Amino acid sequence: MALYSEKVMDHFRNPRNVGVIEDANGIGEVGNAKCGDIMKMYLKIEDDIVQDVKFETFGCGSAIASSSMATEMIKGKPLSEVRELTNKAVAEALDGLPDYKMHCSVLAEEAIKSALEDYEKRKEEK
Amino acid sequence: MIYADNAATTKMSDAAIDTMVACMKETYGNPSSLYEVGQKAKEVLENAREEVMKAIGANNFREILFTSGGSEADNQALRSAAEIGRAAGKMHIVSSAFEHHAILHTLKRLEKEGFEVTLVDVHEDGLVRPEEVEAAIREDTCLVTIMYANNEIGTIQPIREIGAICRAKGVLFHTDAVQAIGHIPVNVQEDNIDLLSASAHKFHGPKGTGFLYARKGIKLTNLIEGGAQERGKRAGTENVPGIAAMAVALNDAVANLEQNAEITKKKRDRLIAGLKEIEHSAINGDETKRLPGNVNFCFEGIEGESLLLLLDDKGIQASSGSACTSGSLDPSHVLLAIGRVHDVAHGSLRLTIDEKTSDEDVEFIITAVKDVVTYLRSFSPIWRDLVTGKKEFIL
Repeated sequence: MALYSEKVMDHFRNPRNVGVIEDANGIGEVGNAKCGDIMKMYLKIEDDIVQDVKFETFGCGSAIASSSMATEMIKGKPLSEVRELTNKAVAEALDGLPDYKMHCSVLAEEAIKSALEDYEKRKEEK
Repeated sequence: MIYADNAATTKMSDAAIDTMVACMKETYGNPSSLYEVGQKAKEVLENAREEVMKAIGANNFREILFTSGGSEADNQALRSAAEIGRAAGKMHIVSSAFEHHAILHTLKRLEKEGFEVTLVDVHEDGLVRPEEVEAAIREDTCLVTIMYANNEIGTIQPIREIGAICRAKGVLFHTDAVQAIGHIPVNVQEDNIDLLSASAHKFHGPKGTGFLYARKGIKLTNLIEGGAQERGKRAGTENVPGIAAMAVALNDAVANLEQNAEITKKKRDRLIAGLKEIEHSAINGDETKRLPGNVNFCFEGIEGESLLLLLDDKGIQASSGSACTSGSLDPSHVLLAIGRVHDVAHGSLRLTIDEKTSDEDVEFIITAVKDVVTYLRSFSPIWRDLVTGKKEFIL
């Protein structure tokens, strides 16, 4: 029996949307090095749509896979939909995570929410 | 496939497997039975006891008690010493912060029963200082328990010196020698050891088998009550095939110990030199006072589990002290004990090779680790902060 599903391993081995967006207008970073997971999300939002998304993650296999899957789930989506993304949806899209790894999907949700908050804040400041 | 996790377990030797199978087929009797096949099993058992006795330099077969492995032996050793101490009104135990959990958790249990435990420092080099053990011993100390070699970072402790101190002070001395037996010379008499734990599957024997050495005159406390097996100190029909195979494996390991250690050390040192080339990395534990096959590194900016998974994809089996590989949120207590901070301890890698690891394997491992570390750093937000100067490098 493998530790992770095929989907998790696929997203871990070939993570989608890895990297940085230089002109991102929403950036969120969650987690801390002490616990062994940090996720950073870069969003490029135009006309209330996530035109581009990239991530950087320090963490275990499921943390990297959760970040990758979450970016796929929000790319090209309107903000109204992005705001509704839950960690459960991310975990389900990965065909499940081991119980003690569910927090990785929580981090993915939080990273996106944090990037959205940053986007809203920047908009207000304009 | 390159198996580099021999500290987790070893592959059984052909000789051990053959012995085990032959024993199951032919000497299947219960050693407690009086008819021939039972008595033959008894003979196998007692021959094995004598071999184990000789292999560790003991001189009385009654000093060897067969157990289900290292954890049971550790539990029984500590429990026995504690009961002897309790009877004498001595309820203080000295140990170290990076012992195996079979020791640390047993000590926690004993603390709940009223014992006091002092854990001596293991320092940055992963070595206990004999003089600090001496200073920690009190009038009411009943036991000192220090592992022979650490299971994660492989550092070899000054057991003989600690043993001598304990003997001079009249305190029982136990050592968890699970990682040492069969890999480095161990002699219970020369090393001044009173109690010693060992496990067969760490030296190419079977899992589920181990032994406890207890110097003559030390009263053991049972963990398992029942029949009169093992002189009444460990009930349950003996695991004869496992014990016979353990004795064969131990004999082989001890007979070839020096030669194997010599070969393995060379490969270990090449591995260490190769991995040191990775920037912002550090070896864990003293570089030379370590087991012949143990290499343990921390790489800044990456996490251990993802490192292991990608190495596994390349056919390399290794282990890590990262939290994510343990199912808890804290990284290895061993790495924390030698002063590694959490951030760095998560990015650890343990490679435990043996004499069969080829030079090509070693070079392949070095290249693979370099590639994977570089790759994981390429999208690590911590690494970005480090290289852009937002955070300071620790290593």
